[in-house]
Amino acid sequence: MVVDVTPKPEILDPQGQAIAKALTRLGIGGVHDVRQGKHFELEVDDGLTDDELDKIAELLLANPVIEDWTVRRS
Amino acid sequence: MSPSIGVVTFPGTLDDIDAARAVRRAGAEAVSLWHADIELRGVDAVVIPGGFSYGDYLRCGAIARFAPVMAEVVRAAGRGMPVLGICNGFQILCEAGLLPGALVRNSGLHFVCRDQALRVENADTAWTGRYRPGQELLVPLKSGEGRYVVPKAALAELTGERRIVFRYAGRNPNGAIDDIAGVCSPDRRVVGLMPHPEHAIDPLTGPSADGLDLFRSVLDILAGASR
Repeated sequence: MVVDVTPKPEILDPQGQAIAKALTRLGIGGVHDVRQGKHFELEVDDGLTDDELDKIAELLLANPVIEDWTVRRS
Repeated sequence: MSPSIGVVTFPGTLDDIDAARAVRRAGAEAVSLWHADIELRGVDAVVIPGGFSYGDYLRCGAIARFAPVMAEVVRAAGRGMPVLGICNGFQILCEAGLLPGALVRNSGLHFVCRDQALRVENADTAWTGRYRPGQELLVPLKSGEGRYVVPKAALAELTGERRIVFRYAGRNPNGAIDDIAGVCSPDRRVVGLMPHPEHAIDPLTGPSADGLDLFRSVLDILAGASR
């Protein structure tokens, strides 16, 4: 199971901005925006339902107030 | 018998000793509560102090929120027990859903450590009754993830219901929305703030004694309840 968590679009992401500025300093152009998030890899039983996987993300891995997330089986 | 106020310690909590000192200085008995406690030892109110509970792993307060003692704190708050969350304690109360919003990385990325002017916006909560509305306090602020954010609809609700308790006075130190430094629950008994009133109870050890009245205020409430 893979869960990717990113800050919601309306939440200012100063870490992403710092990365974007660093890329500019490195002379790498064409990068307009960077959003920094988190990537989780979980080893789970095949028997877990989609709802149970969603619950893991919503309850603990992400904070729904400030973050969006995607869940996929891998 | 003086009222007793619990001070919760999680692994990684830093400010429990100062919080307990503030509680005693205000005239209450300070009772140490451990993160694994499954009951609140008969306390009349609870302080969740600052620090880096569980190393701030995942998100600030995200793990502490599921500690056994927090289930009891949430239950007690539901019955109207006064709860104060300071800094990491504020983050924990937001993660636990007792207060709306969340605390994220300071907009300037730097950890901010300084004496901060605060304005009391609501002197009608369990923890601010001794202050005057508009009164300015000087208390330490020390946080890297102190930028308060809340969805627009919830901000309108907070404003309309006068649940913004403290605002930063002067320059906004961390980019917090609407200069918000502290908010409260709908019943005004759960208060959370990023700055540290427990470090400002004595001019000998802090920038002022302005923070002491938070702890005195809740004693007024508890004394009123027991009469």
